[in-house]
Amino acid sequence: MRRRLPFSPWHLLLMPLALIFVLPLVQMVLTSFMTTQEINQFPPRFIPTSIHLEGYRTLLAESHIVRWFANTVLVSAIAVVSHLVLCSLAGYGFARLKFAGRGVAFLAIVATVMIPIQLLMIPTYLMFARAGIVDTLAAAFVPWLASAFGIFLMRQFFLGLPVELEEAARLDGCGALRTFVSVVLPLARPALATLAVFTLLSSWNDLLWPLVAISDDTKYTLQVGLASFQGTRRTEWSQLMAGNVIATMPLIVAFLVAQRRFIATMTFTGLKG
Amino acid sequence: MALTFAATPRTHQDVAPRARGRRGRALRRNLTGWGFAGPATLLVVGLSLFPAVWAFFISRTKWNGIAPATGVGWRNYERIVQDPDAAAAAQHTLVLTVLFVPGSILLGMLIAVALNQKIRLIGFYRTCIFVPYVASAAATGILASFVFNPQFGAANEALRRLGLPAQQFLENPAQALLVICLIALWGEVGFCAVVYLAALQDIPKELVEAAVVDGASRWRVFRHITLPELRPVTVFTAIWQTITAMQLFDLIYTTTRGGPMNSTQTVVYYIYELAFQTQRLGYGAAVAYLLFAVTMLLTLGVIWYSRRSGSEAF
Repeated sequence: MRRRLPFSPWHLLLMPLALIFVLPLVQMVLTSFMTTQEINQFPPRFIPTSIHLEGYRTLLAESHIVRWFANTVLVSAIAVVSHLVLCSLAGYGFARLKFAGRGVAFLAIVATVMIPIQLLMIPTYLMFARAGIVDTLAAAFVPWLASAFGIFLMRQFFLGLPVELEEAARLDGCGALRTFVSVVLPLARPALATLAVFTLLSSWNDLLWPLVAISDDTKYTLQVGLASFQGTRRTEWSQLMAGNVIATMPLIVAFLVAQRRFIATMTFTGLKG
Repeated sequence: MALTFAATPRTHQDVAPRARGRRGRALRRNLTGWGFAGPATLLVVGLSLFPAVWAFFISRTKWNGIAPATGVGWRNYERIVQDPDAAAAAQHTLVLTVLFVPGSILLGMLIAVALNQKIRLIGFYRTCIFVPYVASAAATGILASFVFNPQFGAANEALRRLGLPAQQFLENPAQALLVICLIALWGEVGFCAVVYLAALQDIPKELVEAAVVDGASRWRVFRHITLPELRPVTVFTAIWQTITAMQLFDLIYTTTRGGPMNSTQTVVYYIYELAFQTQRLGYGAAVAYLLFAVTMLLTLGVIWYSRRSGSEAF
């Protein structure tokens, strides 16, 4: 008694597409376990004869990858925590509290969305140079402390919550902060999860800004480290792929674990227009 | 952002402060409000509006960042018009955008329709197609320069097995931009697919069922029900992907660095080179301002068009 769905012609489209999307990543992982000799073989081989760790070993020994990894983790962690705190506070403020200048402040935030990073790069670099934080990790995370996107997202979510609960809390004598922390925030978990996911993705993967702001190679983030590494040792593919695996896998694994949640939150954000 | 802005609830303007206590309360309310919204607002505005204004002043100077800047008025902007590198960069950006945006929309929609079917392995397919979006563009670029390596890359191996001639890919000025566009599609289409998938699942089932009962074919259902329902999403993805294409940097940096023979030098890459490789901050800022103006006009144009044709996404 097999209860299977009948074969569908959609498989003919989806199977090759899925392969195209996933095979390069599989090849990345497999290549990281090859020796230089195996990589240069003709015709190229897809599967290593056995698992060689030379790429990883040389990379760990000859580059600062461990430090780059730690830097990236630190920068992303600060970005995520700060986004969660500052953007949820601001989102709630804009959604629910009435204060002088709210309209203007919100308009200013809306206006920033269209400004491309390339325009901001030059003055921001100069600003940071004057503040003395160029070439420190602070330069990498300061632009990630809060974002217009985060404020919108949270505001949008809070606008959709029914006010009754908050009013009840206020009648019980709770102040605004108390109401926010003990009544509103627990309801905001899905929105906070979305914000955390997006902040993690974009801060972890950021290349351009840290590339501009950081030149000391012990303070690189993973993306900058990899890019620099690629410039100098183009031919050491096993090391490059090992670096790629180290830079990519944490997020991919996190995605695979949280996948259901992730796609649900993408749906939820109203990103669908 | 397509976060639909629900209108801020209009609050009753407070009546003129009659008692002193009222003023105290208003002050407290303002302080509370700013206490919540202030820090993030200050960071966002301070790190974008303020530098954006500053960038304008820089764009009217000749400056290497060290020696004092000299004001040159609008000369930087006048120079852009005659600058062949800027024209080439603009052209490459245009080609990239024109290929990438419709490509990712059509492919994203097709994939979403396919992923919306109730068939076996669908979870597996969804995962596969979305995973590249999670990988960084830098890592994708490094991986791509391996896959598209003319000597031992998998791309040429695949061509060889199909009996097709080997290509130079990223090393050929005639192909490099096209290959970069393909790589960008590979990395970004997952986003479009998920956004469309979400929208498809939002289409009321009754609508489709009613049409089927009326004897409409699958294609007609798609053409007359699904497509119109997807319109707001398409406006959003069009804007989003246009911005993505116009600001593509990481991928170019880790594959070709603008080469071969400047064939993949885009506007964004050109700005980076001007400002941070050759230290021409004033000129770089002027090019960046022009890019900003074009992006904004395009975005406003799309929004205006979508409003006029009655599919509001914003």
